[in-house]
Amino acid sequence: MKILVCITHVPDTTSKIAFTDNNTKFDTTGVQFIIGPYDDYALARAVELKEQHGGSVTLLNVGTSATEPTIRKGLAIGADDAIRINAEPKDAFFVAKQIAKVVQEGNYDLILMGRESIDYNGGQVHGMVGELVGLPSIAPVMQLEIEGDTAKLAREIEGGKEFLEAKLPFIAGCQEPIAEWKIPNMRGIMTARKKPLEVKEPSGDEQMTTTISYEMPPAKGEVKMIDPEQVEALVKALKNDIKVL
Amino acid sequence: MSILVFVENADGEVKKTSHEAISYAAALAEKLGEQEVIALSIGTEVNDDTLAALGKNGATKIVNVADEKLNQGVIQAYTTVITQVMEKTNATHLVLAKSSLGDPVAARVAIKANAALASNVVALPDLSEGFKVKRSIYTGKAFAWMSLSTEKKIIAIKKNAIEVKEDGSDVTVERLEVPLDENDFNVNITKTEKAEGDVLLPEADIVVSGGRGLKGPENWQMIEDLAKTLGAATGCSKPVSDMNWRPHHEHVGQTGVKVSPTLYIAIGISGAIQHLAGVNSSKYIIVINKDPEAPFFKAADYGIVGDAFEVVPKLTEAIKAS
Repeated sequence: MKILVCITHVPDTTSKIAFTDNNTKFDTTGVQFIIGPYDDYALARAVELKEQHGGSVTLLNVGTSATEPTIRKGLAIGADDAIRINAEPKDAFFVAKQIAKVVQEGNYDLILMGRESIDYNGGQVHGMVGELVGLPSIAPVMQLEIEGDTAKLAREIEGGKEFLEAKLPFIAGCQEPIAEWKIPNMRGIMTARKKPLEVKEPSGDEQMTTTISYEMPPAKGEVKMIDPEQVEALVKALKNDIKVL
Repeated sequence: MSILVFVENADGEVKKTSHEAISYAAALAEKLGEQEVIALSIGTEVNDDTLAALGKNGATKIVNVADEKLNQGVIQAYTTVITQVMEKTNATHLVLAKSSLGDPVAARVAIKANAALASNVVALPDLSEGFKVKRSIYTGKAFAWMSLSTEKKIIAIKKNAIEVKEDGSDVTVERLEVPLDENDFNVNITKTEKAEGDVLLPEADIVVSGGRGLKGPENWQMIEDLAKTLGAATGCSKPVSDMNWRPHHEHVGQTGVKVSPTLYIAIGISGAIQHLAGVNSSKYIIVINKDPEAPFFKAADYGIVGDAFEVVPKLTEAIKAS
């Protein structure tokens, strides 16, 4: 089974978010970048599927050379090789176009990625790639089993789960608990250094949206502490301030 | 020229998030000077009276593609229906709620209709220079102003970001037929499993969540009692769902369900940054924790330092008595 896993290179979830240049650029000072957590689940499931069915896992990232440590971490987790499209990920459409080209050229059985990136939270790329290449796209996927050329999946819906069947190939936007999150071990880190990482130039520069500027939410006020013996004060707040009673 | 709104339903009722989407579309129509706000319902599970009432939210016309095959949300089939209805109604804008169905469908429609897509939108657009929308990014930790450059535009609304308008009046429902082929149904939905509970977590106006401080699943009754008293949904922290004390669909946080209710009550949850990322769009946060150093207090509007096993039943009784 030939699996393509698309990963994002995003600030660690604990990062302090700030902007520079008159709120037009993300401030990377002191920020550690990681594989998008949802992409990490997709990669973990791809590695498990390779262990079960054989085949290969190729990583794909659209990003500048700054993303290579993140790609190497993905290789250390168990991917066999990687492709980096040498470009800033301008918007979801631009990224989807780059992925679609790799999908069309690669004859993959399965294309996995996270349900959304944790920086822009759009959740658009899997659907866009599906439409661009004419394959089904399913998201958010929380269970994925393969039997022959058929996959059995579960998709999270508001207030429940939907179970589906689909023929390979298709595109899935994944989330937990699809797999056990994998942490690279020392052997993985050593072998990852030697695994092939192909750099390709982007195809075209079309985009449909442009981010103009950023804004921070208003600062939170001080917490009002209430004596545990005086819960009536909280009930009063629920009535008069929060107005939910 | 018109604005189309994709209406989602559950159990025969239109979802609250779709009422928000129609209200947004009505305000957008006023801003753009458009004539029509067309609400599109797919399938046969919502009756005409319920659909007609969407006029109260600002819809000027309701269309229903009443095909039983569409009662389940097959992503590609919905993509085909929405794209074709956009063409038939000359819609320049599509508005929908960000959801587990809305996201993948909107992404496919964007390609099929050559339309720019902005997701997680929290406000009406700024039309002073082109078409700019404000969207939530970094899991609620910031906003981005994004310019949409194509003629057709898709806007996916973040839950609870838009106030529902209710001052309109009922409108008639029209049937519309859309040709579909086998390719639209190449994914087969075999079963749907509903979560327990009266209030759906992702759409709840009040959420009561418990963490490891509850010590075990056997102690969840007091969370449920408080939730029931408030008409709230129940949630939990990631360790709680990892230990199978509560099902995964109740896990609130960065990689679980992101909520934006009017009120979020966190009980026995210390407030790891991943959990905060899932709740920081809540209008008000109340934290009950016996550890005065719990980081969650910094994000809270109201806090009680105390033993949850004493405070929560007392609070439930006080609310009942009020």
